[in-house]
Amino acid sequence: MVFGYAGKILRVDLTNRRFRVEDLNLELAKKYIGGRGLATKIFYDEVDPKVEPFSKENKVIIATGPLTGTSAPASGRYMVVTKSPLTGTIASSNSGGYFGAELKLAGYDMIILEGKSDRPVYILIDDDKVEIKDAGNLWGKLVSETTDFLKNIHGEKAKVLCIGPAGERLVKIAAVINDYDRAAGRSGIGAVIGSKNVKAIVVKGSNKVQFYDEERVKDVVSNKIKMLRENGITGQGLPTYGTAVLVNIINENGIFPVANFQKSYTEYADKISGETMAKDILVRKNPCYRCPIACGRWVRLKDGREVGGPEYETLWAFGADCNVYDIDAVAKANYLCNEYGLDTISTGATIAAAMELYEKGYIKDEDIKEDGLSLRFGDSDAIIGWTKKIGLREGFGDNMAEGSYRLCQKYGAVELSMTVKKQELPAYDPRGVQGHGLEYATSNRGGCHVRGYMISPEILGAPQKLDRFSLEGKAEWVKIFQDLTAVIDSLGLCLFTSFALSAKDYIELYNAVCGFDFNQETILEAGERIWNLERIFNLKAGIDPKEDKLPKRLLQEPIPEGPSKGHVHKLSDLLPKYYEVRGWDEKGYPKKETLIKLNIE
Amino acid sequence: MIKVKLFATLREGRQKEVVFDYFDGITGKYIIDMLDIKEDDVAIYLINGIDGKINDKLKDGDVVSIFPPVGGG
Ligand code: SF4
Repeated sequence: MVFGYAGKILRVDLTNRRFRVEDLNLELAKKYIGGRGLATKIFYDEVDPKVEPFSKENKVIIATGPLTGTSAPASGRYMVVTKSPLTGTIASSNSGGYFGAELKLAGYDMIILEGKSDRPVYILIDDDKVEIKDAGNLWGKLVSETTDFLKNIHGEKAKVLCIGPAGERLVKIAAVINDYDRAAGRSGIGAVIGSKNVKAIVVKGSNKVQFYDEERVKDVVSNKIKMLRENGITGQGLPTYGTAVLVNIINENGIFPVANFQKSYTEYADKISGETMAKDILVRKNPCYRCPIACGRWVRLKDGREVGGPEYETLWAFGADCNVYDIDAVAKANYLCNEYGLDTISTGATIAAAMELYEKGYIKDEDIKEDGLSLRFGDSDAIIGWTKKIGLREGFGDNMAEGSYRLCQKYGAVELSMTVKKQELPAYDPRGVQGHGLEYATSNRGGCHVRGYMISPEILGAPQKLDRFSLEGKAEWVKIFQDLTAVIDSLGLCLFTSFALSAKDYIELYNAVCGFDFNQETILEAGERIWNLERIFNLKAGIDPKEDKLPKRLLQEPIPEGPSKGHVHKLSDLLPKYYEVRGWDEKGYPKKETLIKLNIE
Repeated sequence: MIKVKLFATLREGRQKEVVFDYFDGITGKYIIDMLDIKEDDVAIYLINGIDGKINDKLKDGDVVSIFPPVGGG
């Protein structure tokens, strides 16, 4: 009997329209936990890191963790692992909603997509019944149209993951969307699925995850739910305002990037804040599978439609980063990203970069005159119009669909692209949060905030408050946060649980469900193993460690005004220490003894 | 003059912004008492955008921002 894990992998050969069900290697699963970790290991073993992301040799792994689909709180998460067309690094994009749990309940720990179909298909999974079906009529359809259509045929209970027009058109910042409005957003994974001609995956599951110790699981789970309810952040802040509550906090600290990081404070932040959202457009909460936190929002657009609402990152990307302070426009742009299947962070940030290119005279009026849209900072119609054009690769949107790095490069101005490893940075100016900047520079999937969320200690004071300007101890903090995050991602739980739960709590859940004997040391070692394996993949893919850097603006131009005025990021003071605590050499390559210690071949 | 900005649930039943007359020795503690905010509800306390302590003496013209426990990402 297998506990926690479903024990099966579904391998789909798209080229020959065949599938095969394989047994999960439990020893390997224990070593890499599941989800992000195990998928990375399998991907690493099966795919040449030098693979061209859109070739048929690239694979896509959609993976749940041992706790996905269980009674553990916030356990609806799954991870998509592939090689990113945006960054050239490993991509692992996480999403919530209900799809991940349903996949697990259908009896699979993961799906491996390989090869390439010669025409549009969707994959239908109903427990052990699997079919690869024609999706010619769905190609070109928006996410809600696709999802409605498939639910109509296969029943309301069916959970749908799909791509929108952006993924079909190989937009390098295309997302995968499940359950209408939950996104595995980053690194262009939607385009990889599009390159394989897969429009959707529909899943229905009727099994139950087996527990090693039912009684103990019940006790541990109710204790963790209680901890989440009693914690100020997970019991109050996130349920009441969603992630959008961060808008004012981050702005008040003077690290809220404005106009493509030209400034880091705005007096208009409150107009796009969680408080304003709750007052003006919020309809209700929109929680994921078994989540007591329920941070997701459901909002009313200006035209009366009720749709999934914007997260903090999105309010920033389309809001302050484009200098737009119109919450209705931002909610609309967010909705369009969900419909066209786009990453909200990269889409908003790419529009912001295009606006700076325009205002600095690189992009000329004649370049965009056919589009009938402006590229001026502050234009609400522009964020809506360009989002559509990026999703369709229409007009000048075709250039923006490549992401801000390639866009700026085309104009000989890469320094205006606020990216790390070609992926757009999220909504925190690292010049005023030193540890978080180190996390940006070293994240294995390029510019990203959720590989080691240092905002938690440096701004929010969880689990303890650190001085955000200080460098002291930051390398060590970043390492532990990165390793623990790898564990949480691999277990299949939502990262937001970590505002209230610590390593010890995750171990209790994992051990009770699977009957394992992990302790603090061995679980963090598993996280570190995952981190190092991702790093090795990237090195073999040809990503130079010199890419562990930040845009020049953040290292050289002091923040011009606001509470963090005068600061730059001190990456070169932090990076050597980080390499050292990671057990890597001074150039950033993992040392042999580190790999031996972590038992990585 | 001290400008006090309140956020999230601290706005319930209060204004977003409250202005206090400056006097020598005024602190955040005085302010939250006057506003009937419990010390436990103050998770983030900034003076001019920089972390402060509620017992720190304020200067004339300071801007104070007060948040309950909140997070996201
Ligand atoms: S905390 Fe929010 S994102 Fe995470 S599982 Fe719950 S509702 Fe979903």
